[in-house]
Amino acid sequence: MTAHPAPNARTDQNRNADTPTDPQIAARQKWMSVLARTSRARLEAQWSENHSSENWTHLREPQIGMVMVRARAGGTGQRFNLGEMTVTRCAVTLSDGTVGHSYVKGRDRIQAQYAALFDAVMLRDGSASDFIETLATEQAAAKRDHARKVAATKVDFFTLVRGDD
Amino acid sequence: MYVAVKGGERAINNAHKLLAEQRRGDKDIAEIETDQIEQQLSLSVTRVMAEGSLYDRDLAALAIKQGRGDLIEAIFLMRAYRTTLPRFAFSKPIKTAEMDVSRRISATFKDLPGGQILGPTFDYTHRLLDFTLMANGEAPTEAPSGEQPVDENMPRVLDDILNYEGLIQDEPVPVDENAPVADLTREPVKFPAGRDLRLQNLSRGDEGFVLALGYSTQRGYANSHAFVGEIRYGTVSVEIEPEELGFAIDIGDIELTECETVNKFKGSKTKLPQFTRGYGLVFGQNERKAISMALVDRAMRANEMGEQIMGPAQDSQFVMEHSDNVQSTGFVEHIKLPHYVDFQGELELVRRMRAEVEERLAKSEAENGTSQPEAAE
Repeated sequence: MTAHPAPNARTDQNRNADTPTDPQIAARQKWMSVLARTSRARLEAQWSENHSSENWTHLREPQIGMVMVRARAGGTGQRFNLGEMTVTRCAVTLSDGTVGHSYVKGRDRIQAQYAALFDAVMLRDGSASDFIETLATEQAAAKRDHARKVAATKVDFFTLVRGDD
Repeated sequence: MYVAVKGGERAINNAHKLLAEQRRGDKDIAEIETDQIEQQLSLSVTRVMAEGSLYDRDLAALAIKQGRGDLIEAIFLMRAYRTTLPRFAFSKPIKTAEMDVSRRISATFKDLPGGQILGPTFDYTHRLLDFTLMANGEAPTEAPSGEQPVDENMPRVLDDILNYEGLIQDEPVPVDENAPVADLTREPVKFPAGRDLRLQNLSRGDEGFVLALGYSTQRGYANSHAFVGEIRYGTVSVEIEPEELGFAIDIGDIELTECETVNKFKGSKTKLPQFTRGYGLVFGQNERKAISMALVDRAMRANEMGEQIMGPAQDSQFVMEHSDNVQSTGFVEHIKLPHYVDFQGELELVRRMRAEVEERLAKSEAENGTSQPEAAE
């Protein structure tokens, strides 16, 4: 596997502001992040319904491994290794040669495989755009619903003055 | 040390079968499923992930089931499994400032931008047993929703509020941002240990041990009086930059609890007094651990702050060498394993020493009529 130079040389120094990437990469980052958060069942169902005629092969069989999660002391300072998380990765090739990749949290090989397949389809012709859009909307709605429940627990503490009034 | 023993296979097999039977318990009671553990014993799950140092909820639930609820056994299982997996990458440093918070409180400022968000907490419960959970498992009512969601970018108390006035020290960043980061899972730990190694050690350290040490700092075995500047619990996304892609991708969310303490100030003839910081960050929802970690992190910065070492929590080597419960349990519990040969050796030695002393006593009695044992060798 060849290492391509980063389109924008990015380092940890861009700590709180990510370097803007080109729009194609930004779009791909978006759909990969949506796919990484979608269950295997959902991906599998969508694939068999709309893309089952695709011919494809594994470029890299789904593989389970780990990512060491890094953090910063105090949130902004020196980097440290917090602990690992399980991750599954996969790469597929469509019949026209388009290669799709996935890295998803957890150990679901099938989820990783479908995430890579949808990545490839999106790269080739964007033919899963509607699906990705639906998923993104659902994920945003779920996040908002949770954030509203959390907001209902916002309090105001009163400090009581003791003694003289 | 203990030596290998042979035989006993049948007894060992039968012991494991008995263990499995006891784990299952009364067969008239439904078997617990790992997804029930994952959902309904989620704080056990997060502890096992944090101290197992592997974020995987399903595996932690399985480990808890297999370990019959013994969390240290479950942590041991996670650590063992971890060694079978390749490491694909290091993540980019996660951004806790961008956490989607489920809880965020400050004990230092009552009114703060973003507000005090209690979230799912045991605080302010009455700690009375709720018998409805036992009797009919009454379904909880749906939690109410606010009109508006909580702020997406909750300001940070220490950085955005206290540091705005320069009242708290900055977090030092090494000059070379790409300098290697210590990793205790790959290299032997050397002392004195840097803060990166200390934080890694504490985050996977035993909750009880770190709690006790944190408590000791409050009781005077370190002089670093702490306030909780901020606690936040929620999810952050993890990003990696795979070399075959050449750009960063988001691989999913993990739950974290972060605690930042504001500690006693420090100043000198040339520097204005400033508060100092302690930092705690753990997988999952575990405030007790995050607060304790921040207290111990601050105590372990004694040298850096030019403070006198007066308590165990300030002694980094002592803390780090005893914080790991898998190591501790391994060494403590190994003394129950067969030490027959060792012990036979000791028995022989004691018998021989006794015989020698008795022989000498008898001899000197016969010679002088007195008994004067020599000092033991």
